[in-house]
Amino acid sequence: MSVNCTNKSKSNDMKNILSLSNISKYYPNVTANDAVSLELESGKIHALLGENGAGKSTLVKIIYGLVKPDLGEMVFDHKVYKPENPKFARKMGIGMVFQHFSLFDALTVFENIAIGMDKRFDRSQLQNQIDTVAKQYGLSVSLNKIVGNLSAGERQRIEIVRCLLQDPKVMIMDEPTSVLTPGEVSDLFIVLRKLAAQGVSILYISHKLEEIRTLCSKATIMRNGKVVNTCDPRKLSAGKIAESMVGASFSNPKKNKVKAGQVLLELKSISFSAKRTFGIPIKNINLKLYEGQIVGIGGVAGNGQDELLGLISGELLPTNGSIILEGKEITSLGPVLRRQKGLLSAPEERLGHSAAPEMTLTENCLITAEKRMSLSRRGVLNYTKSRKLSESIIKELDVRANGPDSLAKSLSGGNLQKFVIGRELIQNPKIFVVNQPTWGVDAAAASSIRQKILDLAQGGASIVVISQDLDELLQISDVFCALVGGHLSKPVKTNSLNPSSLGLLLTNA
Amino acid sequence: MIKLEPRKNRSSILEISTPIIAVIMTMLFGGILFYLMGKNPFEVIKLIFWDPVMSPTFSEYSRPQLVVKAAPLILIALGLSFGFRANIWNIGAEGQYIMGALLSGGIGLALYPLSAWYVFPLMILGGIIGGATWAMIPALLKIKFNTNEILVSLMLVYVAEQILALASLGFLRNPEGLGFPGSRDLSKYESAANPELIAGTGIHLGVVFSFIAVIFLTYFLSYHRTGFQIKLIGQAPRAASFAGINLRYIVIFCLGLSGGLAGIAGMFELTGPAGVIHIDFNVGYGFTAIIVAFLGRLHPIGIFLAGLLMSLTYVGGELAQFMMNIPAAAIQVFQGMLLFFLLSADLLVNYRISLRTSINKRRYK
Amino acid sequence: MNMGDINLSLLFASLIVAATPVLLAALGELIVEKTGVLNLGVEGMMIFGAITGFIATIETGSPWLGFLFSILGGISLAFIFAIVTQVFRANQVASGLALTLFGLGLSSLLGYSYTGIKPAAFPDMHVPYLSELPFLGIILFQHDPIIYFSIFAVFSVYLLFRNSRLGLILKAVGENHDSAHALGYNVILIRFLTILVGGAFAGLGGGYLSLVRVPQWTEGMTAGAGWIALALVVFASWQPFRLLVGAYIFGGVTLLQLNLQALGVEINVALLSMSPYLVTIAVLVFMSARRAKGSLEAPRSLGKTFFGL
Repeated sequence: MSVNCTNKSKSNDMKNILSLSNISKYYPNVTANDAVSLELESGKIHALLGENGAGKSTLVKIIYGLVKPDLGEMVFDHKVYKPENPKFARKMGIGMVFQHFSLFDALTVFENIAIGMDKRFDRSQLQNQIDTVAKQYGLSVSLNKIVGNLSAGERQRIEIVRCLLQDPKVMIMDEPTSVLTPGEVSDLFIVLRKLAAQGVSILYISHKLEEIRTLCSKATIMRNGKVVNTCDPRKLSAGKIAESMVGASFSNPKKNKVKAGQVLLELKSISFSAKRTFGIPIKNINLKLYEGQIVGIGGVAGNGQDELLGLISGELLPTNGSIILEGKEITSLGPVLRRQKGLLSAPEERLGHSAAPEMTLTENCLITAEKRMSLSRRGVLNYTKSRKLSESIIKELDVRANGPDSLAKSLSGGNLQKFVIGRELIQNPKIFVVNQPTWGVDAAAASSIRQKILDLAQGGASIVVISQDLDELLQISDVFCALVGGHLSKPVKTNSLNPSSLGLLLTNA
Repeated sequence: MIKLEPRKNRSSILEISTPIIAVIMTMLFGGILFYLMGKNPFEVIKLIFWDPVMSPTFSEYSRPQLVVKAAPLILIALGLSFGFRANIWNIGAEGQYIMGALLSGGIGLALYPLSAWYVFPLMILGGIIGGATWAMIPALLKIKFNTNEILVSLMLVYVAEQILALASLGFLRNPEGLGFPGSRDLSKYESAANPELIAGTGIHLGVVFSFIAVIFLTYFLSYHRTGFQIKLIGQAPRAASFAGINLRYIVIFCLGLSGGLAGIAGMFELTGPAGVIHIDFNVGYGFTAIIVAFLGRLHPIGIFLAGLLMSLTYVGGELAQFMMNIPAAAIQVFQGMLLFFLLSADLLVNYRISLRTSINKRRYK
Repeated sequence: MNMGDINLSLLFASLIVAATPVLLAALGELIVEKTGVLNLGVEGMMIFGAITGFIATIETGSPWLGFLFSILGGISLAFIFAIVTQVFRANQVASGLALTLFGLGLSSLLGYSYTGIKPAAFPDMHVPYLSELPFLGIILFQHDPIIYFSIFAVFSVYLLFRNSRLGLILKAVGENHDSAHALGYNVILIRFLTILVGGAFAGLGGGYLSLVRVPQWTEGMTAGAGWIALALVVFASWQPFRLLVGAYIFGGVTLLQLNLQALGVEINVALLSMSPYLVTIAVLVFMSARRAKGSLEAPRSLGKTFFGL
């Protein structure tokens, strides 16, 4: 098998700019990469596909020199390639555009670009270079702005410019569209095609099938750390690709028509300006939530999603406006009192926000369920009861955990998400607000979480699902709104939406 | 190549054993220090750690001293540990200790020579109020203006020391003291005195009180809502805000608790072992208690043991000073070292240290 | 009239002397905090620098060697802090406190037999021509080399963070250590070295205290100067020139307080002695009240431990 591989790579020698053979990376509890081989041809856009946790990120970190492989070797530009660190990788001609963690909010655009330069530079010379690159690819950036105030699309352009200034032969892009609006996505694709035409090879990581089918000519599909398929994505149906990504097919959650009942919660011209630097101000939001109805709120992350959830849950208090729950004003109540009234929520970030990583599942139950499930008496906590509750959440949502005493951080993303959502569902909420319910969750868990949400609505609860995943929202929500720049669009019936009206909503809510 | 790998579950054996590792490392490096000072390290270490408890010649004096010195350390450290868990850093316990002593002493001296049962309880109350009030300054400034409590509480130590000087030279000076600085001896004023309860053991009311506090706070930390909330804030601040915990309340609670306990410690010290309000009344218990709190892993039972150990270094240190002419400052160095080793050893609790190449060879080749 | 002039200029000149130890220590801490490390051990490093410098001066008779050793003293304590927080990833607040306790203990241990001795004098260096200027000459140009250095250092640190690539890297590490790591910068190494630089400044500040400002050795002679340096960094919002202003204001308060004590003004000595600390608290409150929560100014990774990937 491995002999075969080397032979093959030799025959393709001229075309390949980068080839990996049998790259393996082991962590104490998981095998992140298991004998991964991959051939990147020059001037091509090559997709690296896979679910969250399939090992894509580890693989590109190995290529970029951030992680060292335990086994295997890489050949770059016909020479053995062993990157000590990212600096070395950049010197060789490999650049990377990150999904997270690589811009400095408090610094200016220029400083952010300069910090990524490895060579000494002269300020005006660098400015000229930036101008040239920006013009060539149609990437407009304004150098003196503070990065923290920019939109996701603008931030990504900075990363791309920074990467291009190093004159890369290979450019790695990690989930570049996950933070972009549809318009920004098509702009990005134009840039990427231009780059490929100039001979730059692009390794494009994604889990979105459609964009890969429009953009890439070759795809490597990974699952559980292994390469399961290499193909031309344009020639394979989306269903086939999805199947090899996931490994099995899942039943879509079933949705029964529920008649919307009375208004349970009303947001009346809610505004909020963040005390936190670079927070998104919420502008004059109006929303009515009905019994048995699921409201889907779409939009790219960083447009006020966290703030909106915080305002409904009570973690943030609005600067203006009022919140009415079943006819009673609750505007100034905090999360504890709102929970007692049946308004429950689950924020996006599992580790550290909805759950405490270093605490056991039993202790984590106390975070939101103490009052509503009477887990305490006169301030004294009842751990026996909390343990029982945690056991029933584990059972009811099929959470794979080592019992109620395991630490939250020891659970996989999907299982922890099931647990924190289950913790709210078991309390029988009247109103339930959730942000990114299936983000970073494997397909099986995602579909079971969606089903639980639908079941809850069936029972008469009113639900808000905030998500970046439009497919998810179209699948489960009755009413759709877009949240863009802290502004919420008027609600539209989900079944009346078509791709173009959706795109319009998401660009100017 | 050394590599750190986070542990999925904390190792509880290591959690208990790291303080012991730290103590052993400190003995080792402390021994080197004593050797450099031209002393026999084994003799000094024995004098500090063994003789105060076991030696037939010294233990009669040292054993009671051990308890006497441990009590304030334990009381203060108990209070500090709650704040430290929630990332509320009161490092001005020394000042709160002084202010507790001053207010309780002031009450005692004002009532002198009244003989009544309520003098002592009133003074205890004074100790709590004095310490807690002093701690409320950084607490209120923190919740009102978000002022850094580390710096404010520390600055207030220097202010408290000046007030102590003012008191012992001025308004609380013994009118029958022939103009010498210092107040009346409260340990000789029967209604205010905090004498030894069982002769020869060193156990006074403050010691009893510290034992009770250990038991109560162990329970409180494990089973009370506020204890849980404090742990949650320290481990996952955003989860705490999601839970709806009132941070202001926790700030007030933690600083109030640590201030109050430091104040009580000051009160018991003043009415018992110290006796008089004097410029040199405070001897650094408030700072050493920081080490005690960490050495005890911020847990009441651990703090109880750590307090005894730290007291041992004080008593043994005095012995070493007396017998082998080791300066008192050497003990302070010793205590600082202990804290360093302890903090470093913490890495072992949360991380697995592995030699990368050897593991890979073993497992995959 | 004339007499008044001289007194006033002398007062300003000695204000600068009084402020310099705190200024140096605070400047070091500013650099360290810019890279995201909170070292609460300034007091410990200062007093250790004070005693190592003092001993070296007494033993060799050369204040220059004394200053060298005070720098080395500060660095060696900072080295411990760097090992504990960067290699062993210990909590920075607790480690800083440990460093202060350790430094105070170690310095009084070393200084045991040096109490009450006077060190060799450190001569002033009058700047030619400029020192002849009326009024300003005395205030600014009749000082010793360390004072000129401290002002030079403020300018350099300002330029470092304004214009240089090195300053940019330091800032980046302090703003977001994950991003800096992703770009390939060695966060641990950068922080390690910066902590040593901070130690050097604190040590020098301590040395100036025991060799020029006082000049003699007394136990615990820093008396909170290291903590005031920490407060000054907050006051200055991490900006070198504001630090200079803040340090001189503080120097003014200290001096005023001492002069009033010397003049025997009818204010209690204890009240005067506590004034620098009360002023510091007042300034901290003022600064934090004025500033919105989570402002731009504080480095974003300040006090957070970098655990790497």
